[in-house]
Amino acid sequence: MSNLVPLRDMDERSLEREQRLEEIRAEAEKRGQLRVVGSRPAGAPFPQATPETGYYGIPLLKQPPWTWEIPLYFFVGGAAGAAAVIGAIADYTGADRELVKHARWIAAAGSVISPALLISDLGRPERFLAMLRVFKPQSPMSVGVWTLLGFSTGAAAAAFAGFLHDRYGPSLPLRVMENAGQAASLAFGLPFSNYTGVLIGATAIPVWNKNASDLPLHFAASGLGAAVGILEVMGHQKNRALQALGLGAALFETWEGLRIEGRSQRALEPLKWGASGWITRAGGILSGPLPTVFRAASLLAGKRKSQSLRRWAAWSAIAGSVITRFAWMHAGHVSAREWELPLQNQQSPPSARQR
Amino acid sequence: MSVAAFLTDSTLCIGCKACEVACKEWNGVDEDGLDWSGFSYDNTRAVGASTWRHVKFVEQAPVPGLGGNAAGQASWTFSSDVCKHCENAGCLEACPTGSIVRTEFGGVFIQPDICNGCGYCVTSCPFGVVERNPKDGRAFKCTFCYDRQKVGLQPACAKACPTESIKFGGIEELRKKAEERVEELHRRGMKDASIYDPQESSVGGTHAMFILRGDPRAYNLPPAPEVPTVYLRKGWASSALAAGLLLGGTLLAFLTDGRE
Repeated sequence: MSNLVPLRDMDERSLEREQRLEEIRAEAEKRGQLRVVGSRPAGAPFPQATPETGYYGIPLLKQPPWTWEIPLYFFVGGAAGAAAVIGAIADYTGADRELVKHARWIAAAGSVISPALLISDLGRPERFLAMLRVFKPQSPMSVGVWTLLGFSTGAAAAAFAGFLHDRYGPSLPLRVMENAGQAASLAFGLPFSNYTGVLIGATAIPVWNKNASDLPLHFAASGLGAAVGILEVMGHQKNRALQALGLGAALFETWEGLRIEGRSQRALEPLKWGASGWITRAGGILSGPLPTVFRAASLLAGKRKSQSLRRWAAWSAIAGSVITRFAWMHAGHVSAREWELPLQNQQSPPSARQR
Repeated sequence: MSVAAFLTDSTLCIGCKACEVACKEWNGVDEDGLDWSGFSYDNTRAVGASTWRHVKFVEQAPVPGLGGNAAGQASWTFSSDVCKHCENAGCLEACPTGSIVRTEFGGVFIQPDICNGCGYCVTSCPFGVVERNPKDGRAFKCTFCYDRQKVGLQPACAKACPTESIKFGGIEELRKKAEERVEELHRRGMKDASIYDPQESSVGGTHAMFILRGDPRAYNLPPAPEVPTVYLRKGWASSALAAGLLLGGTLLAFLTDGRE
């Protein structure tokens, strides 16, 4: 077969092709028919391109090119943004100092991890600064990058100033830095915790854009649930404001889950069926009903039992938040592969009808 | 300033793929690999990072007078697909670096020296044209041969097309030409010929129009594409509501009881 060019002298690509041909030959010999992509058993009908079958069922849309960094970033950013809001409000209302400090640390950790995740997902990470060439209000990603910049600067400054303050005692510049940083992390934290919902809502992916008005609220509740959970795990499982916030987030997520299960539209099927459906369901149950039940039980239970129930609620909400973000990403991939969606529910021009 | 466009007349296309080859040669586009799709003579399947022009082979049940084959044989039509260079381009709006711009010729162009491969344009294209090249990291699509147009040449695909199925020229002029051509086709009995140029949709028309026979859906052309910026209002309204609820809820929770 390959007597024209010896195999060892072949370049890599030709070798790949030759190996693929060998595989096909081997399969044909073994089974008498082929199942490799692009070959058809003899006598089978030819595929057709028609209005009903689309163009051989080849998907029109491209799948999102993002890898695991992006859904993880959605989680980290959501939790960090909500933690910054909790920290600032706790500070302004004179709540427990320890809680303020911990909330700030969560926000500061998020302000470092978030850009790292975003940059590492870029096709050309060394060019991440190109994001700061322009500000485009019509691009949620551009708005998000600037929000992230403001948030990260504020959250890091507040946490760092707080650390210096604890270590070396009070001083005016530190107080200014702490307060300004905290105010900035509050102002930017509010949109930062939910803009990722706007970002994927404003795309051509059907399952995302059909949920454009649900996603930001859903992601905000998910982020809040995670932030409360992390604070509780850090030892604040007696704080009643956190309990109220966690319960609120869990109730909202329960409602969102029911809403997802309750609607039946072709474009929303990836949220209910198949692997993506089960991941969505798992995330939903961990974020909504489970923490709700744990928190309700903790309100009724005795002191020690109550704290342990709240810790269960916290872990459930954190896991639910992570899984929910991966579920939406997975559903987006499935949705992009569904070739009939972009060709659906619209009338074709009358002159184009045939047969 | 002349605003240019492509008019791809699929009734003249013979499926020779000269446009694909010319495009690859001029622009130095990667090969697509050796994979049989099993779908007629189309082994590249769709436009993408390594396929900026893509000839579709639309093979269907015999339709008398369609495809020029003998009666009883499958009807064939061919159509050379390309980036639509939308009037309201989803990729251009979404690009956070400003790498994607509208050129003086009306095309949508990704500046390769600025693109950092964030991938947002890929999810924002209602026609599934833009793709991130996994080897290179950046997003790629048809450049409308910006470099050739700069020096007064027509795009490589239009230049190479042996039947003038791919026409290049001023957009108004080509729109008129397309209408005349469809009228002529109707007169000659091809009543199923139509123009694909979704001016009614939020995309607002394209700089790459097509004359097709039959339903555009058989060519994987969406009947009513939407530019994703139409979802922004809903998204930001929900975001503002979410921010308000988060702020209000947190204030309420801590004002009523922040103690342990």
